[in-house]
Amino acid sequence: MDIHEYQAKELLATHGIRMPRGGLAYSPEQAAYRATEIGGEAWVVKAQVHSGARGKAGGIVLCRTDKEVAAAAEKMLGQKLVTHQTGPGGKLINRLYIEETVPIEKELYLGFVLDRKEERIMIVASSSGGMEIEQIAEDEPDSLVRASVDPGLGMQQFQAREIAFGLGLDGALIGKAVDTILGCYRVFRDFDASMLEINPLVVSKGEVIALDAKMSFDENALFRRPEISELRDKSQEDARETFASDRGLSYVGLDGEIGCIINGAGLAMATLDMIKIEGGEPANFLDIGGGASPERVAKSFRAVLQDKNVKVILVNIFAGINRCDWVAEGVVKAIEEVGVDMPLIVRLSGTKVEEGRAILREKAPHVITAETLKDAAVAAVAALKSTQKAA
Amino acid sequence: MSILLNKNTPVIVQGFTGRIGTFHAEEMKAYGTNVVGGVTPGKGGSSHLDLPVFNTVKGAVAETGAEASIVFVPPPFAADSIMEAADAGIKYCVCITDGIPSQDMMRVKRYMRRYRREDRMILTGPNCAGTITPGEAMMGIMPGSIYMAGRVGIVGRSGTLGYEAASQMKARGIGVSTSVGIGGDPINGFSFRDVLELFEADPDTDAVVMIGEIGGPQEAEAAEWARAHMKKPLMAYVAGLSAPKGKRMGHAGAIVSAFGESAQEKVEIIREAGHTIIPHPAAFGETVESVLSGKKVAA
Repeated sequence: MDIHEYQAKELLATHGIRMPRGGLAYSPEQAAYRATEIGGEAWVVKAQVHSGARGKAGGIVLCRTDKEVAAAAEKMLGQKLVTHQTGPGGKLINRLYIEETVPIEKELYLGFVLDRKEERIMIVASSSGGMEIEQIAEDEPDSLVRASVDPGLGMQQFQAREIAFGLGLDGALIGKAVDTILGCYRVFRDFDASMLEINPLVVSKGEVIALDAKMSFDENALFRRPEISELRDKSQEDARETFASDRGLSYVGLDGEIGCIINGAGLAMATLDMIKIEGGEPANFLDIGGGASPERVAKSFRAVLQDKNVKVILVNIFAGINRCDWVAEGVVKAIEEVGVDMPLIVRLSGTKVEEGRAILREKAPHVITAETLKDAAVAAVAALKSTQKAA
Repeated sequence: MSILLNKNTPVIVQGFTGRIGTFHAEEMKAYGTNVVGGVTPGKGGSSHLDLPVFNTVKGAVAETGAEASIVFVPPPFAADSIMEAADAGIKYCVCITDGIPSQDMMRVKRYMRRYRREDRMILTGPNCAGTITPGEAMMGIMPGSIYMAGRVGIVGRSGTLGYEAASQMKARGIGVSTSVGIGGDPINGFSFRDVLELFEADPDTDAVVMIGEIGGPQEAEAAEWARAHMKKPLMAYVAGLSAPKGKRMGHAGAIVSAFGESAQEKVEIIREAGHTIIPHPAAFGETVESVLSGKKVAA
C-alpha cells in the first residue's frame, strides 16, 4: 500500500527527520494562504499523487508570489497527472503540498527496501541524489553505499556512520545524517514498511533535510497498523481494483478484453500467459481464492464486469478439496444472479470434473466448456474475434 | 522413496482444533498421513479427532515423538508458532498460513539460524499448499487424488498451478516422487535451490519440474546451482509473462521490482543455464514425457 509524500513526511517527522516547512491545500485559496503562513520568498507547489517522477510531468511547480501559488494550484487540482509510473490514465490530483524552498548544497539519495535475497532490510544510499535509483545504479554505480540490517539486532550506529561517511559528508553533518538514517530505519521497522525512499535528501545550511519522501507498506502487516490503513487514498487506485479489494478479491486491472476468474495466484498468472500466447489480451488478474463458493463466483463476475472493455469471460477453476459439480452449480447460480451477456468459457478440472461439465451443459447451455488450459484460451480468443467481427 | 515426508513420518498439527486445522487434519489422516496429535494452547489434555491435544509443541514432541509439524495458525501468530516448532526439535515444518508480515518472516529465518545446521528445522512455506509424497502421506491442503506415485519431483510456489502440472502428468501416466510447495511469499523457508538439492540426492527421483513465477531471485539462483551440481534433468515453467512491472499478482512475492525478476528474464536465465523450459502452462505433461523418454533413449 502506497501513501502520499506529505503523509510519509508526517510519519518521518515523529522520528526526528528534518524537512522544509510545508502545509496541505485542497483549493487555490488554501494554497496561497499556506504560502503566506509559511513565509519566505519562494515555494514549491507539489501534487500529491502516488507516483514518482512528478517534477518532469508538471506536478511540482516553483512559485515566487502567493498569486503564482494560487494559479499553479488552480491549474493542478482536479487534473490527472500522467507520469511514466502512472500509466496513460494518470492519477487524480486532489490535494497539494505547499513547501518552502531551501538552498541546496548537496543532493543525496537514501532508500530502504526488503532485500529478498538476504532476507533483511537493506539500505542503499548515494551521493548522486535527485535522479531515480535505477539511473544512479547505471550511471554512478560507484556512488552507491549499502548496509544490511540483522533482523535480530536492528540497525547499528556504526552502519549509519559508514553510510554517512560513504556519502562524502563530514564534520557536524555526520551526526545529523546518522540521526536521519537511524530515524528512517525505525519508521520503516515500526510501521512495517516495504519501501522508504528519500530522494533527494539534501544538505542545506548545515542541516540534513528530506526534500521528498515516498513510502509503501506490507499489506500483510496492516492488521496491526490501523494508523497506516487510515492513510489509504482510494482515489489513487484503479477503480476496478478498489471495487474488487473491497469485496475481498485479489484483482489487478490490465488492458485487454478477456475477463478472467481463476483460483490460485499461480494458476491465474499462467492462464493469463496462455491467453497471451494464443494471441489474446487479458483484461485482469483475478484470484478467487480457496473455496470458489457461489457467492465468491458471483462477486468475481461483478468485479470483472466493472471493466467496460471486457468482451469475453474465461473461468478456470481447479477444484481440489472443492468438487467440480459444486463449482459448476456456483457458476450457474452466479450467471443467473449477475446476468452475463457475453461469451463465457468455463474450464473446470480436478475432482468430479465430468459431473461438473454435465451440469454446465444442462443448466447453462450457452457456456463454452473447455477441457484443457490451452483449449480454454483458444476458445476465449476465438470468441473475442467473433464478437469483434459482429460489431 | 521420497524427500521430506513418507508414510511413517509422525506429524502434528499446530492450530489443530480450529475449523481449517480440523478439516485438513481429517483429510491428511484419510490420505494415510501418520498424524499423531496436535497443538492448541489452552486445550492441552483434551482429545480431538481421536488424537491428543497439547498446549505446547515441546509437550507434543515429548509425548508423541513427532518429527514434523503443519501450521494452520492465523497470520498474527503464525511466525511465533514456526519458531516454537523449531525450538521444540521438529525436523520438518510446513506453514500453510497466508498473510504473515514480511518482518515476522525475517525474524523467523534469523531465529532458525540459532541452531546448528544438522539440528536446524526445515521449513517450507508459508503461503503454500504443502508437501505430498503420493501414495504415502501428505502435509497440506492439496487434493491427494490428482497425484500419482512415481519418480518425478515437483517444486513450486503456487498450489493450483502445481495441481495443474501433477494432473497433466497423471493423464500421461507419469507419477510424482514428492511435490513440495515453497509458497508465494517474498520471504520463505526452503528455496527452490534447497529443494533441488534434496531431489538431486534422492535415489527415487529421476527428474524435477520447477514451477516458478515473477519476483525475487530464487529461480535464477536455483538454475545456476543446478547447472553446476545437478545431473538429473530439470524442467522449468515461470508464470507471469503478462504481469506488468510493480503490480503484485496475488502472491505477496509475485511482483517485479528489480532487474531479472520478470518472467521473460527468468526464462532466459534458466534456458541459458542449460535446463528445459516448459513453454506454456498446458505443456507440463508433454514436456516431462518427452524429457523422460529422451533420457531412456540416451540410456
